[in-house]
Amino acid sequence: MGSSEVVIEAKGLTKKFDDFMAVDHIDFKVYRGECVGFLGPNGAGKTTMVRMMYCFLPPTDGELNVAGFSVHTQCREIKSIVGVAPQEDNLDPDFAVIKNLTVYARYFDIPKDVALKRADEQLKFFQLEEKREVPIVALSTGMKRRLIFARALLNQPQVLLLDEPTTGLDPQARHLVWDEVRRLKKMQVTIILTTHYMDEAEVLCDRILIVDRGKIIEEGTPVELVKKHIGEDVLELDYDEKLRATLKEAFPDARFERLGDRMQIFTDKPHGVFEGFLKEHPMQNVTLRKANIEDVFLKLTGRGLREE
Amino acid sequence: MSGPNIRKSPARFTIPKLTYRVWMVWHRNFDVFTKTIKVNFLPSLLEPILYLLAFGFGLGGFIPSIHGQSYIAFIAPALVAISIMNGSFFECTFASFVRMYFQKTFDAIVATPVSVEEVVAGELLWGATRATFNTTIVLAVVAAFGLISSPLFLLVIPVAFFGGLMFASMAMCFTSVAPNIDFFNFPSFLFLTPMFFLCGTFFPLTSLPTAAQGAAMAVLPLTHIVNLTRGLVTGHLEPILGLSPAALITISLVWVIAVAVFFFILSINLMKKRLTS
Repeated sequence: MGSSEVVIEAKGLTKKFDDFMAVDHIDFKVYRGECVGFLGPNGAGKTTMVRMMYCFLPPTDGELNVAGFSVHTQCREIKSIVGVAPQEDNLDPDFAVIKNLTVYARYFDIPKDVALKRADEQLKFFQLEEKREVPIVALSTGMKRRLIFARALLNQPQVLLLDEPTTGLDPQARHLVWDEVRRLKKMQVTIILTTHYMDEAEVLCDRILIVDRGKIIEEGTPVELVKKHIGEDVLELDYDEKLRATLKEAFPDARFERLGDRMQIFTDKPHGVFEGFLKEHPMQNVTLRKANIEDVFLKLTGRGLREE
Repeated sequence: MSGPNIRKSPARFTIPKLTYRVWMVWHRNFDVFTKTIKVNFLPSLLEPILYLLAFGFGLGGFIPSIHGQSYIAFIAPALVAISIMNGSFFECTFASFVRMYFQKTFDAIVATPVSVEEVVAGELLWGATRATFNTTIVLAVVAAFGLISSPLFLLVIPVAFFGGLMFASMAMCFTSVAPNIDFFNFPSFLFLTPMFFLCGTFFPLTSLPTAAQGAAMAVLPLTHIVNLTRGLVTGHLEPILGLSPAALITISLVWVIAVAVFFFILSINLMKKRLTS
């Protein structure tokens, strides 16, 4: 968990592209050592928010400070203490793996020998040692993502911005990234993470900000959010008109949602209320599970698909 | 960068603030270049040899002399000038565009303490360096053909750098507005090709009507580069528009430096606008 020292602070932060309001007067604070997840549908403004944090995009209006430096006037200071793992692959295809890291370190004024040492450590941790001299085009998507993460750590950042760090990774590589995030958190590195994987946010983030249409529509710890919006348990079963009526009678306070030929019933009653009902009404294709952040996310941002 | 108004008008025209970090960007390109040096060497070496053989010996055999010079001696400094133009222009159009648009190399660099302005300035200095490299090879070929007749010829190398910076900066202005890589066909055919033929390269500028001579001196950068290389390589320059060789050299030098500075600043501003909005 984070300390009380504010590392990132946004006040009325706004970004407008021509007529499109990408980020709409948002306020938030991130504390030292905290891992904060930005969740939102495609086009919600997550990446734009992250890009403003490392001065890639200048805000249209509002304040944004990182480690006490303003993005309006102190970009050099901010960028020297921030590590960025962007969403898109911008590794340098003109260089092999190791040279990608050493050339990148040079942009930070890191001496050559130190850069080489750190680069080799990172390659080792991310299990890319064997790819040391391989050109970027010969790497798989997962290897590229790991190399981008490794590159973001070369300047030993105080603030780490991870924009969808695990997209395209296999479960093994995903856990490798998670382990690294946990290790960095222990070292009091402040982490901003955007992701589409709700389990990832739930596992890694101390706090979650749900973003939609350029606004922060909800924030809290994963546990708080689930409790507040969904409750304890979720019962999933095949849709049936009669069954629905019976369930409505049995659980008048529960929230019902139909998804095609399935339905979900959410309850905030303590654990175990559905068990008795299931004993009396045995049926097939039933799942009883704990409510999670994905339920919160879908409730708050809706089920409609978003265009990129 | 201070004052509250800057954030509402980030695209305001400014004199770029540059630090030594410009050289980090230059160094990146230099590292790539040295990796493939043998391939880079070849065109710069072969092209002038082919031109000198075809136009100098081939065509030149039918031309008695131009201003008392053999035809091959007349075109040799023009080839040097053309290598300055091509080396930097192609580097900061096609090659820079690939780095910016396809490879997203600029995006990666601006996440570090290097600024957008420094990335563009590094690219421009690299374009000038490419021109200097190419020109040095062409100059060596010209020397090998025995076509250097002035002790001042080594000054062509600094001319190549500043001339290269001028063309690189102009090229970068096109890059700043290019929607796709095919767009560069326009400046290649509408800007470079006419200059290639009309700037006193393969025939004296004075053969053109006076108005055209004036236009070439006023707006075509290659005219001035040809004046400088011809003066420095052969030690001989014919008057243009009644201007003496000394006046021509002075005018061309001032023209090149002034235009280079102007476009250097302009292109950085235009690229900053493209990359940060």
